[in-house]
Amino acid sequence: MNEREVETGVVKSGDPIIEIHGMHKWYGDFHVLSDINLEVQPREKIVICGPSGSGKSTLIRCINRLEEHQRGQIIVNGTELTNDIKNIEKVRAEVGMVFQHFNLFPHLTILENLTLGPIWVRKKSKKEAEATAMMYLEKVDIAEQAKKFPGQLSGGQQQRVAIARSLCMYPEVMLFDEPTSALDPEMIKEVLDVMIGLAEEGMTMLVVTHEMGFAKSVADRVMFMDDGEIVEQNRPDLFFDNPQHERTKLFLSQIL
Amino acid sequence: MTELAAVRREQLKPPVVDIGVIGWLHKNLFNTWYNSILTVCMVVVLGLLLPPLFKWAFVDSVWYSSAEACHDIDGACWSVIPHNIRFIIFGFFPEGQEWRPALAMFLLLALVVYSRKRSRWQSSLGCLWAVSLTVMGVLMYGGIFGMPVVETSQWSGLPLTLMLSFFGMVAAYPLGIMLAIGRRSRLPAIKSLCIVYIEMIRGVPLISLLFMSSIMFPLFLPEGISINKVLRAQVAIILFTAAYIAEVVRGGLQAMPRGQYEAAESLGLTYNQTLRLIILPQALKIVIPPTVGILLSAFKDTSLVVIIALYDVLKTTKVTLSNPKWTGCSTEAYIFLALLYFVFCYAMSSYSRRLEKELDTSY
Ligand SMILES: Nc1ncnc2c1ncn2[C@@H]1O[C@H](COP(=O)(O)OP(=O)(O)OP(=O)(O)O)[C@@H](O)[C@H]1O
Ligand SMILES: [Mg+2]
Repeated sequence: MNEREVETGVVKSGDPIIEIHGMHKWYGDFHVLSDINLEVQPREKIVICGPSGSGKSTLIRCINRLEEHQRGQIIVNGTELTNDIKNIEKVRAEVGMVFQHFNLFPHLTILENLTLGPIWVRKKSKKEAEATAMMYLEKVDIAEQAKKFPGQLSGGQQQRVAIARSLCMYPEVMLFDEPTSALDPEMIKEVLDVMIGLAEEGMTMLVVTHEMGFAKSVADRVMFMDDGEIVEQNRPDLFFDNPQHERTKLFLSQIL
Repeated sequence: MTELAAVRREQLKPPVVDIGVIGWLHKNLFNTWYNSILTVCMVVVLGLLLPPLFKWAFVDSVWYSSAEACHDIDGACWSVIPHNIRFIIFGFFPEGQEWRPALAMFLLLALVVYSRKRSRWQSSLGCLWAVSLTVMGVLMYGGIFGMPVVETSQWSGLPLTLMLSFFGMVAAYPLGIMLAIGRRSRLPAIKSLCIVYIEMIRGVPLISLLFMSSIMFPLFLPEGISINKVLRAQVAIILFTAAYIAEVVRGGLQAMPRGQYEAAESLGLTYNQTLRLIILPQALKIVIPPTVGILLSAFKDTSLVVIIALYDVLKTTKVTLSNPKWTGCSTEAYIFLALLYFVFCYAMSSYSRRLEKELDTSY
């Protein structure tokens, strides 16, 4: 792995777990991501914000290859993402992803949702997988619902299950794509609390969110994207109190 | 306090008008003025139709008389059935050997009934099926244990119908699923192959497929080699049904939201695992109703094998009626046959409804 210096106000230490160099992506003719450079250190928490359509989702979906990039490099935990399906599967198993609409498997119980990956991808025994699953369900405070189906749970509960489902794979990195924006206000807190707990334990996290309170209290770095570019990134205190770019100022004035 | 509330709520019963016979009548038959009119009309029509029908079928009817006795009565002559039941059910299967297809059919039905519970769907059940199918084959064909050989050309009647439809459905279903998946494949060769197959089969009627299998297909075979006629019909039915299943399953696959693929793939599951564990279980479930529709018509369409001179249960009934003694009793014989078909079809469709309910996790 090659060491690189990045000019941000963020402390660097050791090898980055995610490296993106000069990455571009197009949807047909539409240049959705342009010249993305990003390094994420282990245990770092990054919040990505920006207006709708700026390419936030696309960026984090590229990191586990739900979307394919056309130029540049993406290296996750030492594995470069290419067309090699084995590499892609390896990266996906190491990177947890939480979606806006939870995407639980409705035909499986909560417990089965959690054990599926460990059993089929990690080749764990059913017993071991269930023990891990119960541990994480305890952690997201939902263990008593293990035998229910996703359709029987509230949105907030489903999202916590989705987080637990990713954790059961012991991921190195967790990606969150607007995890609370499909939730009613009273459920947002329960999901954010789980995420804060995760951050405190040292999980590496990339979070696309409009929850600026979360960004201020949890993030090591806040990144602002607009029009397919990373416009600005900085420590949260500097980012919010002293934004450098006009576009960032405009965006912050609209959402704060 | 909440406990108290719970107790109080428990004591409240639903209002009387909503339950019981009167409640049901009111809710289902007399809930609006036009429904009330409809209900009254239906009662009148049924009142006019049912008594004479009942009189014909049960009062003036004979059940075990000779053919001659039938000419003198006004009611139904059900005697046609007991007199000819052996031929209707077993057709040309040799006399004295009827116990063999009877046992085979019983085995088949017993196994189907046994397999209805999902908790029993395990690999041991698969073994049981394999063994039983072999036993059934031996029973039908014979040749060992002192059972004389019965060529497939003599297989007829209900055993033939059941065999053609059972294997038709059981083999067509997985084949159809594979075709549906193939049609969505990213590999152009597989994709176009599946499309051509599906569209070609759907473009011709089953009858012409049966004709081709029985008349044209042998022309392409080298001299002296012949493939069994029943087998050819069976293959034609399977290929035909599979194409229709494929389109229904494709509909189910298309109804699956992208998020399901993405969630499965972001766990690191392979494409095959994603299909097998996440997509197909859900997609197949939502297409149960149309799938059962196709399986039901496949079951009934097996009667088309008459055109290639196979004697299914419909044909054996017809043969019976061609006997001048019984020609007058065709209504009764066809009613019997309709009931026979109905029992099987109804069992299938109610089972599918139960399965749907069991698999429903969407509260
Ligand atoms: N599959 C696709 N095909 C074509 N264009 C797409 C596709 N997915 C997204 N886009 C476009 O790419 C741009 C970036 O989309 P993206 O979902 O990454 O935005 P976002 O920043 O996540 O926005 P939001 O805050 O609304 O989620 C949008 O203009 C969108 O219309
Ligand atoms: Mg988005």
